[in-house]
Amino acid sequence: MKLEVAAVAVAIAGKRIVHDVSLEVAAGSIVGLIGPNGSGKSTLLRAVYRMLRPAAGYVRLGSDDVWQLSARASAQRTGVVVQETPSDFAFTVAEVVQMGRTPHKGMLAGDTPDDAQIIASALERVQMRSFSERQFSTLSGGEKQRVLVARALAQQPKFLVLDEPTNHLDIHYQLEILELVKSLGITTLITLHDLNLAAAYCHALYLLNQGRIVAAGPPEDVLTPERLRAVFLVDAIPGRHPVTGALQLAFVPLPHQHTDNA
Amino acid sequence: MTVPFTTVLGVIAWHLADLLAHALALVGMTITNPIDVTWTATQAQIVWQFRLPRALLAVIVGAALAISGTVLQAIVRNPLADPYIFGISSGASLGAVAVLTLGAAVVGGLSLALAAFLGALITMIVVYVIAQQDGSAAPTRLILAGVATGYVLSAFTSYLVLRSATPSGGAAAVLYWLAGSLGGAKWEYLGVPSLVLLLATMVLVLQARPLNAIPAGDETAVGLGVNVERFRLQLFVITSLLVGVVVAISGAIGFVGLMIPHVTRMLVGADHRRVLPIATLLGGSYLVLVDLLGRTLIAPQELPVGIVTAALGGPFFLWLLRRKRPGGGT
Repeated sequence: MKLEVAAVAVAIAGKRIVHDVSLEVAAGSIVGLIGPNGSGKSTLLRAVYRMLRPAAGYVRLGSDDVWQLSARASAQRTGVVVQETPSDFAFTVAEVVQMGRTPHKGMLAGDTPDDAQIIASALERVQMRSFSERQFSTLSGGEKQRVLVARALAQQPKFLVLDEPTNHLDIHYQLEILELVKSLGITTLITLHDLNLAAAYCHALYLLNQGRIVAAGPPEDVLTPERLRAVFLVDAIPGRHPVTGALQLAFVPLPHQHTDNA
Repeated sequence: MTVPFTTVLGVIAWHLADLLAHALALVGMTITNPIDVTWTATQAQIVWQFRLPRALLAVIVGAALAISGTVLQAIVRNPLADPYIFGISSGASLGAVAVLTLGAAVVGGLSLALAAFLGALITMIVVYVIAQQDGSAAPTRLILAGVATGYVLSAFTSYLVLRSATPSGGAAAVLYWLAGSLGGAKWEYLGVPSLVLLLATMVLVLQARPLNAIPAGDETAVGLGVNVERFRLQLFVITSLLVGVVVAISGAIGFVGLMIPHVTRMLVGADHRRVLPIATLLGGSYLVLVDLLGRTLIAPQELPVGIVTAALGGPFFLWLLRRKRPGGGT
């Protein structure tokens, strides 16, 4: 299902965080949103998954404006994985994944064998089936992240939004989670801090700086040394991954000068 | 410890058997009671007029506090929240104390319960209006606004109490009310609270599934299709009304709303589809027992139920605090 963001502006407490952003995620592709801290990546994602209503523009998934849909109808097609708020509530892994069925369930609806099947296969997909009865809070960071992906899969989404899914994960789990996303074949919009991972796993990138898109296109076209110097304030030396052949950047700090970027 | 405790249990068992037998006798059934077989008309009268409505009130109040506490802990994502965290009990107390110390005329001839309920209602509205920003009230702001408002109202209440501290005994009535008591239970007080409890419980239990999504964070809950702002406001209003109604009759009985949700979660896990109904039942049963303790511990005198629940609940709370995982915050 294709995502289209058109001329979207988002304000928080009266302050514009995102200005006039347009982007597209083609059906079945993975599109990365990159940019420095505070560039508006997460804010833009919030406008996409109905957390923050855009001040201007529209977000269209397939043929529907997501802000014309109810929260529930939107969640029936869009799965969201964001940083989980640490919680004192002792849910099991299976219960966490079961929450993914919420948008498909009316107030009086119980869990059917179908739901159990969907939950089991979502856990299977992320190789966490044997953890079903464990308490979510006792899992490692990588295991938690996989369970959260399983919850999004239990929503049976046509479109996935992932906000920094590799955050706080060691390199093994970073690659594992991105391999998983790639294998799903679901239209995905993802924010990533690691530019090399973004280059390796995304079909297209949008580079965001101070709330505006400053570059868009295939990774090679977006991640140029000039742009990275201007936006991230680093020197980047492009090379090739010795095995996959993907674009790989080596970073060098800029010579120490007045990095007065306020 | 052991001997007094078993004694207490014995006394409770005796009272329960007694109460049950009397109640059954009243509705025309008789059972063989191994303890006592002779009922006088006066005894039957006492059971019907005082004991039974009191036990029912205990069930209603305990159930209401337990389900409200469970819901509020989830919607503010704070396991230490209780039904009074938003200042609702302080508002009710101020209303009640105003009637007790200044006289009903000052508050426009309202009854004690009505004044207390209005106090709770006004507090709820004030807290929500203060806490909300751009149309939504974040959990932390709700808690802070509630706690601060509670302090302000308590200050007024204390002032009213001090100013009325005469040897005539008015202050004792105030203290008794503030400690929380089921002593004033009458049949005619039970109608509204039981109706409100019934409706609120039905609505809340039906929200159990989306309620499960809230502790994971607002973003996640929105991603799961919950309209978080509206949902939180709805549950805040429903639980506040429920708590307001029971506080108006029984005073602020502490710790049931904090303690029962945790006990329930330890028994059945975190899924609110199980926690909500079971906490409601446990809360009702717990308060009946505690009230029985309050009536029998120092009989013929009576301890207000609020004192007994707090005396039991306080240590539990401290244990909970100690038991929290190291580095788990708070």
